Amino acid sequence: MAIKLPIYMDYHATTPVDPRVVEAMVPYFTEHFGNAASRNHPFGWEAEEAVEKARKQVADLIGANAKEIVFTSGATESDNLAIKGVAGMYREKGNHIITAVTEHKAVIDTCKHLEKEGYRVTYLAVKKDGLISLDELKAAITDKTILITIMAANNEIGVIQPIAEIGAIAKEKGTLFHTDAVQIVGKVPFNVNELNVHMASLSAHKMYGPKGVGALYVRRRNPRVLLAPIIDGGGHERGMRSGTLNVPGIVGFGKAAELCKQEMATEGERLRNLRDYLNDKLHKQLDELYINGSMEHRLPHNLNISFAYVEGESLLMGINDVAVSSGSACTSASLEPSYVLKALGAGDDLAHSSIRFGLGRWTTKEEVDYVADKLTSVVSRLRDMSPLYELAKEGVDLSTMVWQTEGH
Amino acid sequence: MYSKNVIDHYENPRNVGSLPKDDSNVGTGLVGAPECGDVMKLQVKVNPATGVIDDAKFKTFGCGSAIASSSLATEWLKGKTVDQALAIKNTDIVNELSLPPVKIHCSVLAEDAIKAAIADYKKKQTATTASAAKEAQPTA
Repeated sequence: MAIKLPIYMDYHATTPVDPRVVEAMVPYFTEHFGNAASRNHPFGWEAEEAVEKARKQVADLIGANAKEIVFTSGATESDNLAIKGVAGMYREKGNHIITAVTEHKAVIDTCKHLEKEGYRVTYLAVKKDGLISLDELKAAITDKTILITIMAANNEIGVIQPIAEIGAIAKEKGTLFHTDAVQIVGKVPFNVNELNVHMASLSAHKMYGPKGVGALYVRRRNPRVLLAPIIDGGGHERGMRSGTLNVPGIVGFGKAAELCKQEMATEGERLRNLRDYLNDKLHKQLDELYINGSMEHRLPHNLNISFAYVEGESLLMGINDVAVSSGSACTSASLEPSYVLKALGAGDDLAHSSIRFGLGRWTTKEEVDYVADKLTSVVSRLRDMSPLYELAKEGVDLSTMVWQTEGH
Repeated sequence: MYSKNVIDHYENPRNVGSLPKDDSNVGTGLVGAPECGDVMKLQVKVNPATGVIDDAKFKTFGCGSAIASSSLATEWLKGKTVDQALAIKNTDIVNELSLPPVKIHCSVLAEDAIKAAIADYKKKQTATTASAAKEAQPTA
């Protein structure tokens, strides 16, 4: 079978909208264009009905009640609302927040913002496998701790944090627990009650829905979580998020959630097999590969590998008909490689050599074969011109070498 | 994102390889660091009679612009005298490859690699001359 180039293997960045989702959305741009907040005519009623249906679809995917879903513009807003909302509402109770160094910037930068306002934030380190230590988490909790925010699955290395255990600790200590669940929801079963989660951020475009729509799950019972709004206005979404609802986007989000719920089990299994096939094939064809993060606690469609002695950006340049991403940040002004990979303690050189593969709904075995073979040829070619590979083959220990770095 | 010249050097790098680093007529420069994402090894082989660079080779760990900068440097070095080689400036590389501001460090590294290779060659020559002189007038 002929494959279509370029190949998309960056499903952690975003996903195409499923045609069934588009189909569901279309009438809400033209025919049913009403404002869901218009209470006194059928245009508004239709829009409201569609939004409530979607709210139920999204809630069903995570085992929540529809009333616990607050629609937002995306997960960045959801993270901001959860963290700043708790900080604002529970300021009298305490000023301490616990998070981890490998969180998404939407969480890290929100926490940094709060630090400037006098909150205290603990950034938990992660172990070599990318997971936090539960003992360190317990030790970090004080009587001033108002929130633990730890992501469910990491966007770069796909590792799944022990969410149920964190939920149990939060419950025992009487602290609220928020999780950025963007990468996990729709891919792996995720139930807010089984996991004792109080708040969870979701994004439609990571699960075959449209961009510009997200949600925050906010628990209503045991305990009832209250949030100070960060956007003031008409008091939509139970007063937690003012602003006219993005009806077509929300309808699409709901449909995407419904499809994920139906197809998650078979899709997850299929992608796990393909991912493992990609991993095995690369390991058969190349030496000195290092997997970043736990393989055991990991999303089924994620693979993050460092190709030692080869720099990531030059690797991407060689596989320019394959869309993946690299932890090397040679293009950015900072020249700093991925902070997530650095946090694993693998060394900056391996961070510079990393590639993230994100498989998804339309990834085929033919594509995986193409990507593995292409990578093998490019990595081999670049290693032939890598002074590091040459030194390593001569038996030089690169970690003990003194490098001339003055001025760089 | 990349200029035509960068892509050309990336896809068809000139003079990839290694020269015997213990040869007294070979100078080796190894600059950069793995944690910075760039390491260049650049070598020149000088004809001691004429002072002209007969051969130049490189190996680079780095982005496409770093590979292109070192590939271009080896191309320019061949046929130049040692002094002419030292006159190559990173800005010449920037202009030839149309490097954007974020990639200027690649050209700086290439200039450093040239200087390091030639310094190594000169050091070896001095050492050779000194040891030759030593042999001529044995101490004892």
